[in-house]
Amino acid sequence: MTPSPFPANPLQGVATPLDARSQALRVAMVKALQAADRGHMGSAFSLVEMLRVLYDDVLRFDPARPRWAGRDRMVLSKGHGALALYAILADKGFFPAAELARYCRPEGILGGHPEAAKVPGVEASTGSLGHGLPMGMGMAMAVRGQARVFVVVGDGECNEGSVWECALHAAKHGLDNLTVLVDYNHMQSYGPTAEVLPLDPLGGKFAAFGFAVEEVDGHDLGALRAALGRVPFAPGRPSALICHTVKGKGVPLMEHNPEWHHKNRPSAAEIAALLAALEAPDA
Amino acid sequence: MRKTCLDCVYELAKADERIVFIGSDLGSGTLDAFKRELPGRFFMEGISEAHLVGMAAGMALEGRIVYMNTIATFMTRRCYEQIVLDLCLHRAQVRLIGSGGGLVYAPLGPTHQATEDIALMRTLPGMAVFAPADATEMRRLMPHTVDLPGPAYIRLGKGGDPIVTPDRPFVVGQGYPLKAGGDTLIVTTGTTGQMALDAAGQLDAQGIATAVLHLPTLKPLDLEGLLGHLAPARVVVSLEEHTRIGGLGSILAELLAETPFALPKRFARIGLPDAFADQYGSQASLLAHLGLSAEAVARTVLSLHARSRS
Repeated sequence: MTPSPFPANPLQGVATPLDARSQALRVAMVKALQAADRGHMGSAFSLVEMLRVLYDDVLRFDPARPRWAGRDRMVLSKGHGALALYAILADKGFFPAAELARYCRPEGILGGHPEAAKVPGVEASTGSLGHGLPMGMGMAMAVRGQARVFVVVGDGECNEGSVWECALHAAKHGLDNLTVLVDYNHMQSYGPTAEVLPLDPLGGKFAAFGFAVEEVDGHDLGALRAALGRVPFAPGRPSALICHTVKGKGVPLMEHNPEWHHKNRPSAAEIAALLAALEAPDA
Repeated sequence: MRKTCLDCVYELAKADERIVFIGSDLGSGTLDAFKRELPGRFFMEGISEAHLVGMAAGMALEGRIVYMNTIATFMTRRCYEQIVLDLCLHRAQVRLIGSGGGLVYAPLGPTHQATEDIALMRTLPGMAVFAPADATEMRRLMPHTVDLPGPAYIRLGKGGDPIVTPDRPFVVGQGYPLKAGGDTLIVTTGTTGQMALDAAGQLDAQGIATAVLHLPTLKPLDLEGLLGHLAPARVVVSLEEHTRIGGLGSILAELLAETPFALPKRFARIGLPDAFADQYGSQASLLAHLGLSAEAVARTVLSLHARSRS
């Protein structure tokens, strides 16, 4: 574990241990990174537990019928976290795990940002920030009474005005089948969100817009399960779950490190260090 | 034309429960009957255009056919990335109805003048682009927009535009002759049909029999049909209430440059200059100020004929 450079935040899971399944999902992501020689790593490592709990414990879906009408929709609005989504979708059988080795390759379906037309299980093509939440909100309007919509946004993404436009509209319509999860790793590409564009009180902002809000350690599986098991947090209101996370969670050299927001050409030594940290987490 | 278009959306929605309407913050009373009779499918959502295009895409991905209306510039300029990604990349069945195509809002200044909307929309993969000439054509067009496979942009004129189109069935992509003529052809789109007809009348009077072809669809185009209209012409002029860059004039220039016609052609684009409007006034006065009038069109045709003889 790497000490947090941020003011003490008991919810940011700096010390939260990762179990074998969380480690294995991250190892799959590192192997995909090796195949492409590039990828948004830090921003994908922070949301592994959020996606894992959604797909293991919360969402209704059928990998054999990815467009099944009764499924819950999950939109990864922070499309640059795609590696985490690909790892969990492969794990669930939406596509063969071998596809991860073709990440960003001409013959593959998995790009640096997810595309709905190519990848089974991807609901919306994202990558430009501030798009997935409005699209997810439109889905929630259309499937109200039949299915739920979960949208994962980044903290840096909350710089985008369209996120807050959408928040106004979700509250107007009382969309309690819509849950926004914020991957609040407190870091964006250039550095700490507190320096680039402060968001706090982030939960307070969503509450002021009309959401029912809860905050959790985004690496604490029990806390995530409990919170997501309670949605909607209030009847007749959209829910926001602020997940305090650690960018690069699980690998000391990556944690809180903006150099790993997007990594090009990681060296063999760096890859070895990632795998070593993930295979021996307490070292 | 705007009223006819929105009335059509209401009539189509009554017959097809997939259809929903989204407005931004339109005039009081807009589509009141729709709101009253189909309340679950009418959304007057406020001035959040970027969000609304994304929301429309999300609804379309769940099987809705979404008609969305606001001022053309706020849709095509402000929401461009949402249109590219949320609509085109997802092939979302969203129909953008742009109010105030061209210089309809002349007195309101450059913020409201949709002078490059066709160019912006037609370069996008899978986007259909329509600029009907009058209310009767709008009525013929609208039923064809329901089942288009991807997104569409529909450019609206001012309202009360003169009826110039023939009462013939609408076919997406097809051009419609407004007037027969000789080897001179004016090609127009949107509401400049009457100006083209006036110019053709002036030219006829001077012994230059001039045909007028109207293209209500800018994309996808029936290229074969269009080439058939162009083939017999020696002088071709495009006329549009839109910048000369990227719209109808560019479509024809591209086609003329790439097609080995047996009959060589002189060609000129007539449209708005590559500049923001520098004065207010009425739509008609600003058009004339910027070089769009029947007289200017006729002069351009005459100069092309003079050059072909030289």
